[in-house]
Amino acid sequence: MDRWSDLLSVRMRRLPVLLFLAWICFLFYAGIGIFMNGFLLMRIELSQRSSCLDELVPRTRADGEVSDSCWMDRRFRRAVIILVDALQYEFARFDPTNLNPKPYENRLQFIHQLISSQPHHARLYPFKADPPTTTMQRIKGITTGSLPTFIDMSNNFASNAIMEDNLIDQLVQNGKRVVFMGDDTWDGLFPKKFFKSFFFPSFNVKDLHTVDNGILQHLFPTVNGSEWDVLIAHFLGVDHCGHKHGPDHPETAKKLSQMNEVIRSLVDYLHNDTLLVVIGDHGMTDTGDHGGDTEKEVTTALFIYSKTALFRDGLQEEPDAVPQVNLVPTLALLLGIPVPYSNIGEVMADVFSWNDANRDSSGSVTQALAYQINARQVNRFMNAYSQAAEDLPVEKLRHLQELFSSAANGYDQLMAEMQEKPGSILNLEALLQQQTSNLQHYLREARAVCTASWARFHPLRMVAGVAIIAATCLLCWVISELPMAFEFPYRSLLLSPVVWGLSLAAFLSFWRWVITKETELVLICSWAAAISQLSFLWQVWKMRLKRNFVLGSRWLRRSLGLKQRLLMVLKWVLPMIVLFFRCCTMFSDSFLLAESRVVPFLLQSLSILMLVKLHWSGKLLMPGWITSGLLVESHKPSPVPTYRRESLHLLGLLVSFQLCVLFSALFHSCRDEIPGCEPSPFLTPLSSLQDVQIKNLSYGLCVASLVAIIYLTRCWLRHYGNLNSSSPLMLFVRWGFPLIAVWISCYWAISSGMEDNMAKFKEVIQVALVACPRAVYGLVALGLLVALWSPMTVFVQDSREFKTHIVTAYQGIPNSEADLRHVIPQIYRKMQRSLKSRLGGADEHDKATVAAFGLGSVYSAALVIILLLLIFFFLLLHSEGMSLAFLLLLVEGFILLQLHGCAVKVSVASDGSEHFLVSWDAVTAWAFASTQFFYSTGHQPILSAIHWNTAFVGFVGDHSTNLLPAFLVGANTFASHVLFAVGCPLLLFWPFLGESSSSRKRKVKKDWREGEAEGELPVMEMRLRECPEKFSAALLQLALKYLFVLGIQLLACVFAALILRRHLMVWKVFAPKFLFEALGFVVSSSSLLVGIALVMRVDCAVSTWFKKLILSRSR
Amino acid sequence: MKNMEIMSMASVHFVCVLSIILSALIPVFLLEKFSVLETHLTWLCICSVSVAAVNIIASIVLKPNPSPKRNSLSHKVTRFLKSCLYFMISCLLFHTIIVLYGAPLLESVLETFLFAVLLSTFTTLRCLCLLGLNLQVWIRVFSKNGAMSIWDSSLQITTVCSIVGAWLGAFPIPLDWDRPWQSRIELFNGCGVILLCILFQRSLIALGWQYSRECRGGRLN
Repeated sequence: MDRWSDLLSVRMRRLPVLLFLAWICFLFYAGIGIFMNGFLLMRIELSQRSSCLDELVPRTRADGEVSDSCWMDRRFRRAVIILVDALQYEFARFDPTNLNPKPYENRLQFIHQLISSQPHHARLYPFKADPPTTTMQRIKGITTGSLPTFIDMSNNFASNAIMEDNLIDQLVQNGKRVVFMGDDTWDGLFPKKFFKSFFFPSFNVKDLHTVDNGILQHLFPTVNGSEWDVLIAHFLGVDHCGHKHGPDHPETAKKLSQMNEVIRSLVDYLHNDTLLVVIGDHGMTDTGDHGGDTEKEVTTALFIYSKTALFRDGLQEEPDAVPQVNLVPTLALLLGIPVPYSNIGEVMADVFSWNDANRDSSGSVTQALAYQINARQVNRFMNAYSQAAEDLPVEKLRHLQELFSSAANGYDQLMAEMQEKPGSILNLEALLQQQTSNLQHYLREARAVCTASWARFHPLRMVAGVAIIAATCLLCWVISELPMAFEFPYRSLLLSPVVWGLSLAAFLSFWRWVITKETELVLICSWAAAISQLSFLWQVWKMRLKRNFVLGSRWLRRSLGLKQRLLMVLKWVLPMIVLFFRCCTMFSDSFLLAESRVVPFLLQSLSILMLVKLHWSGKLLMPGWITSGLLVESHKPSPVPTYRRESLHLLGLLVSFQLCVLFSALFHSCRDEIPGCEPSPFLTPLSSLQDVQIKNLSYGLCVASLVAIIYLTRCWLRHYGNLNSSSPLMLFVRWGFPLIAVWISCYWAISSGMEDNMAKFKEVIQVALVACPRAVYGLVALGLLVALWSPMTVFVQDSREFKTHIVTAYQGIPNSEADLRHVIPQIYRKMQRSLKSRLGGADEHDKATVAAFGLGSVYSAALVIILLLLIFFFLLLHSEGMSLAFLLLLVEGFILLQLHGCAVKVSVASDGSEHFLVSWDAVTAWAFASTQFFYSTGHQPILSAIHWNTAFVGFVGDHSTNLLPAFLVGANTFASHVLFAVGCPLLLFWPFLGESSSSRKRKVKKDWREGEAEGELPVMEMRLRECPEKFSAALLQLALKYLFVLGIQLLACVFAALILRRHLMVWKVFAPKFLFEALGFVVSSSSLLVGIALVMRVDCAVSTWFKKLILSRSR
Repeated sequence: MKNMEIMSMASVHFVCVLSIILSALIPVFLLEKFSVLETHLTWLCICSVSVAAVNIIASIVLKPNPSPKRNSLSHKVTRFLKSCLYFMISCLLFHTIIVLYGAPLLESVLETFLFAVLLSTFTTLRCLCLLGLNLQVWIRVFSKNGAMSIWDSSLQITTVCSIVGAWLGAFPIPLDWDRPWQSRIELFNGCGVILLCILFQRSLIALGWQYSRECRGGRLN
């Protein structure tokens, strides 16, 4: 205790703690950054472009003939490309035998009609998209003919222009007039390329008709006119319908019938020299989502039609599937333009097999020529690429080169023979076929090689990232396990690493700037992180040595026996084992798929373990019954063990916790990989419910849970006396919260009742749909501001007697910090006592008479209010049914805190262990609960499960920036991460709160009977203020423990991604999981910082409050 | 005395493990269409019955717990009935816990309940046999430093191992290996207690030997 009295002269460290945590977060971020840099790498984009002049196969041309086509004689002068977003192959197929079609089946009747009546003119193919099946990636694929990699997805909504050579560029270069109408994603990809364009906003997935109707307005006039050569129309209705309703919905049928009509009328406008291509960019799953690589997402449709005969052989029942990139060279050569430079697609043999009547070349010759051009182009690209980058394996390249030269030479020889003696070759057809298939073989091999290696990684950077994250985890561990009795040397531990890191970063960036004139931020950050880590470890090591020297090392290992030390280890080893299991599950794709069940399982086990541990160590029993080794010797009948009263309470809490976890499984959504999984009925928005009665019932349920959330919080605040406070924050709680609830339920009512029968009030509804959420946003923001401005929620009842001196030790005005610190707890105790005495009916006039209700829970009250505000915000962003999930979250969090508080109380009562240390069990359980509720708020770590609709809550139409939608969608996705991280400091406060409820009754009675016993009164959270140094250290340790638990999970995830980077499931399971885990970590850690900062803010406010109080007293 | 105890304990465990193995092997000859995977319910019944029998016989023969003073027939009957009651209660408790852990409530109730019975035979029945009906003794045995004899510590180890084994048995469920036993285990809500219990019983024997050796060493010193 002597040490502590010295330390009392030290101020509560606010800024250093925050800075230290920020530094740790920076280390983690640097690790994530460098890993991501190595893991999610793109292939290199070549800037070369094909040109009409570089003829890959010299053409034999009659003298004087002027051709306006490049590389190969064009077949069509004009083309109409209809791109129907999310046109799954099933949608386009027509099955006459199917008498009972689903809403999406047998709708494109006209296509079937054309195929069966004109088999030489029309054909429908399955069209295989390459994953990722998001629209922008697909557009890139369809125009450049190459494979976009995973990272492209991140700029899906900030679609930057395509830098590679592509079809549109080639068309424009060769003087074709390209007219575009539809999805405005194309505007970003091909800025200012189109001759004429009609863009419509694409992001609002709830809007089924704007884009399509816009296109229809312009499509037929344009086609009828002559101001175009290539017309592209991108319809979005089907995709949006899938997102909004799913494919199995009457709206889909309507949309597909509309498309059918579009094609039917379009065909009437076509000329003989015009090609019609109808394609889908990707398919959709049964729930209407896309982005992954399941069969239904990947298989889309390709329909080709022209008024002149195009196909040599007639009707085929089921044509082979065509890879999506194959469209690029096919279209290019059909239209007589150069094939884009980086294309790796292969021409479609079917459409080059026509027999040209004007020239005497047969279909096979044309076909072989097309293949030869295509093969030469691909070979040229492969050569250029292998020079620019070394990621393609050398032996594969050599093999490809051999294949190419043999195939190309064979073709050249054949051509030469044909030139010399035309008509002399007997089996010309067969030879040509042979050459074609050789070339085809080469093209397919080349594509396979590219596909295999364009998930290229930077192993060194990945390892560096893993190392930095691992070292940071270690660092968190080391600091959080440092004995608290030491004054934490922020200066040496924080300052020098940061200085080292910064100086190195400055040096590196300067050096690189001098040398190469370019700087890579990620690299510099990670170097800085590594150096500052090293310097930190060095400092710790030095300090340890010094301390060992000074204290003779007995401070650390105070004559602990082996057994006792083992017990010390046992304290953290069990939660660590559970955490270890959790980390192990990151390495298995099937466990990741089942993570929504695995995490609750581990959480339940952890909570049971907490209780079992308490029982095992005999802390639940009354102290009379001692479990000691002595009993073994004396075989006397042991005294009857009786349980503490709290143990029943604990058991009840445990059971209710298990029930909460069990019920949270009701809110899960589904992954595509798990067959037979039904997404939770709570996830479907009310507007899509058909039955009115059920709709009303569920609406009532949602509003009831909203009310319950508010009511429960008010109960809690009242219990601790914070609700009576007259501070502006409490005013907000009392009036603002119900107001927010009213606005939210209004919004739900309006958005769920959006039916056709309300068409009259459409404008009013439109306004209300915007106004309600904005009102809630505004109120929540106001609430947060108020909470920041005056976070004190204390109800002060003023004194009746001023004369009483409150503080005995000091007379006059306390002027120094140390005096204040000494005085404050005393004041608090006095106030408490006076309150109690008045409540108890005792006439103790000589006691102090200031009563401050709710001072004991002032920290937690502020945090709880802020958490509630956040919950309101998140409620608005989720679908209505999720309000039940948030209620469950609140209840489960409360039970977990109670469980933790109770356990701490029990163990404190039995052996007086530390209050300020939050056990690893509690922190781990807290972190698991945040993951559990990630799933229980209807999320899954896959890209197609992100709730994009969220971006339009309170905003109609397009956003001017990407920041706002990103914020809203992020808040929706990581709601539980934010809530649990902000609420993390509650783990520290709760045991102090628990102190009051039970011990108050007993102790208070005793106190006023005896009249004395100062300091025995429950002071709850004010105990934290008694030793501010310890308080800040406890906060720091808690935060570091939480960061460690999160960080170790992140580490496991990152490590799994590193090891399994060639795994079959890497793009489907591990990479999205890594992205979500990394983002979740970033969100969690920054929210944790916010939470800690809030606590600091409350602490400041409490300090000023006390200062004012004391000054007013002393006057 | 102590050596005798260790030997008898080890032999009881040996017989126990033997009975588990035999319960999987013998019915193959006696019953038609018996296999551990296909007719898992039958096997579960046989397994728990045989283990229960071994434990009860062992407790009657060896009498590890001092018998109470009053030893009349009526007392014996009440004790027997009470034990049955305790056993039933523990079965129900285990059932509840399994359901709380996520087993389906209505679907495959029989499997879940049989699993609870099996778990009870491995834990509660052994406790009943060894410790009697005095719950205070139970509390003592299952707390730190509570084990006063070899029997107590063996009980601690077996019980904890059974429960941990059942817990670990949940881990194969999510794996997508598509093995038949996996779906079986899934029916038990992933409690592969059976296999794991055998393993743990075996490892227990090893532990028992080690313990005995320690004891001997301790005595020699």
